[in-house]
Amino acid sequence: MLAALWIIVTATFFLMHSIPGDPFLGDKVTEAIRQNMLRKYGLDKPLWEQYVIYLGNLLRGDFGTSLKMLHRSVNDMIRDGFPVSALLGLEALAYAVTIGLVLGTLAGFRHNTWLDYLAMFVALIGISVPGFIMGGLMQYVIGLKLGWLPIARWEGFRYTIMPAAALGLGTLAVMARMMRTSVLEVTNQDYIKTAKAKGLSQREIVFRHILRNAILPIVTILGPLTAGIVTGSFVIELIFGIPGLGKYYVQSIFNRDYTLILGTTIFYAVLLVFLNFLVDVAYGIVDPRIRLMRSRE
Amino acid sequence: MAGERLLDVKDLEVSFYTYAGKVHAVRGVSFHVNRGETLAIVGESGCGKTVSVQSTIKLIPMPPGKIEGGTVLFDGKDLTAMSDRDLQSVRGAEIGVIFQDPMTSLNPTMTVGRQITEGLIKHQKLSAEKARQRAIEMLSLVEMPNPRERFRQYPHQFSGGMRQRVMIAIALSCNPKLLIADEPTTGLDVTIQAQILDLMKSLQTRMNTSIILITHDLGVVSKLADRIVVMYAGKVAEAGSSEDIFYDAQHPYTQALLKSVPRLHEEARRDLLAIPGTPPDLFVPPKGCAFAPRCGYAMRVCLDHQPGAFPAGDNHAVACWLMDPRAAHVRDGHAGRAEAAGARGGAS
Repeated sequence: MLAALWIIVTATFFLMHSIPGDPFLGDKVTEAIRQNMLRKYGLDKPLWEQYVIYLGNLLRGDFGTSLKMLHRSVNDMIRDGFPVSALLGLEALAYAVTIGLVLGTLAGFRHNTWLDYLAMFVALIGISVPGFIMGGLMQYVIGLKLGWLPIARWEGFRYTIMPAAALGLGTLAVMARMMRTSVLEVTNQDYIKTAKAKGLSQREIVFRHILRNAILPIVTILGPLTAGIVTGSFVIELIFGIPGLGKYYVQSIFNRDYTLILGTTIFYAVLLVFLNFLVDVAYGIVDPRIRLMRSRE
Repeated sequence: MAGERLLDVKDLEVSFYTYAGKVHAVRGVSFHVNRGETLAIVGESGCGKTVSVQSTIKLIPMPPGKIEGGTVLFDGKDLTAMSDRDLQSVRGAEIGVIFQDPMTSLNPTMTVGRQITEGLIKHQKLSAEKARQRAIEMLSLVEMPNPRERFRQYPHQFSGGMRQRVMIAIALSCNPKLLIADEPTTGLDVTIQAQILDLMKSLQTRMNTSIILITHDLGVVSKLADRIVVMYAGKVAEAGSSEDIFYDAQHPYTQALLKSVPRLHEEARRDLLAIPGTPPDLFVPPKGCAFAPRCGYAMRVCLDHQPGAFPAGDNHAVACWLMDPRAAHVRDGHAGRAEAAGARGGAS
């Protein structure tokens, strides 16, 4: 795990420096001032030396100060921005998981009925229309024309609904489709016939035997899907003017804000590794075949 | 006499409606099971034996399956007329089922113990603790070593033979009057097959259950069955006691089936005998006898008219025109023609 992180840090560091330009190139300052600023931030040193210094700071948990936002440390920016992004992501994930699973389950059990077709139509839209287009559309229709929800900014729960919905839609669609397939597949398994032969009611069969087995493949893709939601939030935050971490992430690349690029990348990498670990644990809980064997039993 | 018959199936008709059209899988099948006896239903794959039996408690998928006619009397009740709710109290409680493939018939995410207690709690209204005791009892009854430990384990921790024992424990847990064993040994290797059959036999005498044994393995049949029903292309070809079928088979299909069983004491180099031709396509069921195109004795009447069931002794019935008194001379001295017809059937 640490090796993976080290590779990410190193690759990001050198890739970032290979982009033409530097943080102060766009500023309207004289060449002398620019050199001074480069020296102040240690950017005049050879690349390998900067790398070693950065790694040293990183080990002490210091991401450095932003090169563009004056006097703000990257640690502070993550501390302020991440809770907002996390809230947005969790809300989006909550919509996607609950609505997606319900939709997929209904579609699976009402296979080839209008309900199934409706659910799959919604899913098709969710998969083919990107979140930022959906976001813009929602701002126009729900926010501007109907006036039901605020168009942008981040000042309370009402403000979170639209961006979270736009962010979660793609994941919702994937969930619904996978759950539908999974329900259909499990329903045709032999052990469902065994359950029926035992004299269980349809209800008991669905809740005790079908759903738990149907949800297994969904848990597996939950990790990558969460990653998708996290990365997707960059654009959504920009559209809806949300002061989250994602917005900084995108801006930092345009600005060549080296410390901010590295800081946010590393932070997200750690987050994803952690999420995947959680998924592995969750998978073990729902599927006894994966569960780690307790020693000596 | 009526009390003696536990299950009485009459003129059962089952079809499947698929995209490609209607498959008439079971075409007027009648059979019965007496109390405490073992009835074997034999026939090749796709002849409708599983569908006939599973239809009696509506275990076939519906749709696409549909029971289109016939009655199923079980212990005096007509199962075809029952609501699904009422059927639930028959399934598992009065009729237990063992399926073909023990590797896939158990729920992989539920402990084996829970899968046994489920039925007990539902049908016998046992408390969780009582059900647990009963389940462990059942596990030791099916000769499972360490039943207490096994109770807490999941199916993937069991071998195929062990899983089939679990299936038997589930099926018999509520003391059913009838056990349906749908090819219970097909997925197992030969030594395990023998163990499972012995187990079923000993449990049957102990619990006085009737068994319907569905199989295409005549060796299994000879070991367990009191009576035998031979099915071909969705119909009963011949029905009779075990002795009738093994020593006095009348239907040409039954005779051919018996001849195709390899025998140890015969010359090793002899080719295995096969029945030439293939069974008919039940998308378009034949007008006459379904076996006629493959039959060495086929007459003109066989192609155009379905044979009824001719009696050939007590409880021995044969659906074949050769049994008609008017056809008494056909079988004598027709061996040569029979072979020629057989070869023709094989080429078509």
